[in-house]
Formats: sequence, C-alpha cells, structure tokens
Amino acid sequence: MALTPDELAAVVARDIPAGSYVNLGIGRPTKVADHLPAGSGIVLHTENGMLNMGPAATGAQIDPDLTNAGKVPVTELPGASYFHHADSFAMMRGGHLDVCVMGAFQVSAAGDLANWHTGAADAIPAVGGAMDLAIGAKQVFVMMTLFDREGRSKLVPSCTYPLTGRGCVSRVYTDVAVIDVGPSGAVVRETFGITLDALSARLPVPLRAAASS
Amino acid sequence: MSRTSFLETVEEAVGGIEDGSTVLVGGFGLAGMPFDLVDGLIRQGAKDLTIVSNNAGNGEVGLAALLRAGRVRKVICSFPRQSDSHVFDGLYRAGRIELELVPQGNLAERMRAAGAGIGAFYCPTAAGTPLAEGRETRIIDGRLHLLEYPIKGDVALISAHRADTMGNLVYRRTARNFGPVMATAAATTIVQVSGIVPAGSLDPEAVVTPGIYVDRVVAVEQRHYTVEGAR
Repeated sequence: MALTPDELAAVVARDIPAGSYVNLGIGRPTKVADHLPAGSGIVLHTENGMLNMGPAATGAQIDPDLTNAGKVPVTELPGASYFHHADSFAMMRGGHLDVCVMGAFQVSAAGDLANWHTGAADAIPAVGGAMDLAIGAKQVFVMMTLFDREGRSKLVPSCTYPLTGRGCVSRVYTDVAVIDVGPSGAVVRETFGITLDALSARLPVPLRAAASS
Repeated sequence: MSRTSFLETVEEAVGGIEDGSTVLVGGFGLAGMPFDLVDGLIRQGAKDLTIVSNNAGNGEVGLAALLRAGRVRKVICSFPRQSDSHVFDGLYRAGRIELELVPQGNLAERMRAAGAGIGAFYCPTAAGTPLAEGRETRIIDGRLHLLEYPIKGDVALISAHRADTMGNLVYRRTARNFGPVMATAAATTIVQVSGIVPAGSLDPEAVVTPGIYVDRVVAVEQRHYTVEGAR
C-alpha cells in the first residue's frame, strides 16, 4: 500500500538522527514534528528566529509574538533561543543545520530542486527562505507524492519548473518509495506497495536498488 | 543622555520622511510589524516609496493599507504572495507596482551588510536559479556564488518590546525577526515600543539593539490583533 501523509511523516521522522538540528518546511513537512520520538534531543529551527520550537499553540498559549515560519502560533520548549533574521539564515548557510525537510514540485535525479514557482505567466512569484534552506542545510530531504494529479512523475531527469537550487537534495520521501538522489543518480532505498521493477516502468529516470543493509 | 529622540506622538516620530525614500519595514507576517508607525506614515503622506519588508502586506492593514493608498512604487521582499495579500496581488497584476524578489536570507544579509559597511558579498543562495540571471558570479571553494549588494534604507520602521532612555532595545520572542538588522541599515531608525524604561533597568547583557542604532522612539499602546492560523 502507498503511504498516507501521516505514515510518510513517520518514515521521515524515523530517519532523522537523534540530536539533530532540523528545519521543517511549511505544509506537509510540518507533520514530521508529530512523529519525532520523545527524548530524541532533536531541536527544531524556525527561520523567523528560534531554536527549540515547540508544538502549535492552542487557547491561552497563543501569543502573536510567537509564530513559526508559516505564521502559525507555536510554543517554546525549555532551552529555546531567539535570534534575528540574519543570524537565523547564517545558521543555515553556514552549515550548522543538520537536516531540512521541504516540499517540492519536482526533483531531478541529480538532486536539483524546484519548489518555489510553477513558471505560470500570471503567477506571483514568492520564494521566502526556500533557496537559502536548499543550499544551506547539510542534508535536504524532500517530501512529496511521487506522481502529480495527472500521473506524471515529479522525479525527473531534469526539472522543467524554475529551480530553487542545483544539486541540493539528498533524499526524496514519497508515498511509494524513498529514493536517494545526487551525482550518482536515483537509488531506491525502499518501496511501499510497489516493486522496484513496476516503479522503474513508471519513472522517466533510471533507478538502482540500494545495496541491502 | 543619548542622542536618541523620544517622541510623544507617532506623527512626530515619522515626521520628515521624504517622497522617494527607501523604507525598511520590520515584521514577519504580523509578528514585529510596526503597525502604528506604518499608519503614521500613511497619514504623513510620503509617496513614491520603495518598501523593503519580508512580506507585501496582509489583509487591509499596515503595509497593505500603505499600498492601497498608492504610496509605494516598488516592493523588495521575499514572500509577497500570501492567502491575504490581495492588495499587493491586484497592484502587481495591474502593473502598478514593481517587485524585486529576494530570497529571505539574502534580504537579511544584504541589510546586515549595509549596516556593517560591507561593500558587497558573495553568497551561494539562488545560484543556478532564475533569480541569478544577469548576475556577477564567482566560484569559491568549488561552489558557484552570486555577488550581492547591500540594501540601505533612508528610514527603518521597526517594533521592539521595550527601549531604555539610552535607546537600547529588547524584543519579544519571534517578533524580533528583521528588527535588529534593519535598525543598523537605515540612515534614520524609528522604533515603536510598548514601554520606555530608565537607563540601567535593562540588563546590559540582554540588550539586542544598542542605542547607537536608534534615532527615534515612540511608546504606543499594545495592539491586540488576530493571529493568522490561530485555532
């Protein structure tokens, strides 16, 4: 069976090493936080200036001065810290952040990322922190469905949407497979409800199986 | 005493902002947005402005109201399009406002550079993307970098939690965001705070923006506004 978004979030959470500093993108990646094991020592970064961000705020906890990058009210955990925007992005660009998890429109087998602009003529472009995160974190994980609504693969030989960054994605987590990408091409780590052969037949990029561990 | 001026009213605080100014406006969404100063700027009447801010206005208030009033020629920001950015969207689609889209980290670092006297810097963000078109590049340590120039403001409008009578500032939580960087990057930095305290009552170790960067301070009543996405 293909994974539900929640199940996929749990798979991503499983692969984040204990003690990592992690940035979770807006939307689907935010769900990963719900699956991080208690006591893992994983510290969440939000690019609007905070480390050790806690869960979403409810009721009396809501404070307009405390939000995540999606502008949703959140909470702080003991040991949290605040800093200004230049420090927050220096932290990513300087290679201090271990993992960032983002959504994508397309990822190429070489690890190019397209997730900020569909390229449509009437679209108003907005990039936010995506380009800084893409080149800054030590590992960039992408979470997405492998196929779009028309059944086209979002893992592609070369992105047709405008790029967010070149060669920056290390791994793609999808509802049907987890695939490493990069200079040596697409390597399938695991599949969900589909065989490697059946997957290969549907994708426009050559796939290799990961050496079994 | 410091050379920071403490004004009684928002009108005095935003006095003298000239047509054609580049105005840095703090805030990330609603957090840290200097609503009173922006409203004051609307009443003050300066036009043909270039606004530098992370977003391009939410709903009908703050920057959105400034845009609707027709005072803004150009917006330099990272994320104009939001669920409630209809004022900007309409002006942009009608070709009545110019947009320079800058990745969020570059936006912050270019202002940091302006405040720190850095002539320009190389940065890998956006290399190889459409935002790199026509830009000067250099390969450093095997990696493609783009040359980035500072963004300097004529004026910065920011919101902080408290000021002391030396102009030192502290902020609250994620409302800090662009404030400390913008305070360094403008010729005149104007700050709204929820309270002014005597010199010596802020812990010097905890001061975030030293008063040397702060030109004018006005205390405003804390405003209660709705939070996006609150549940």
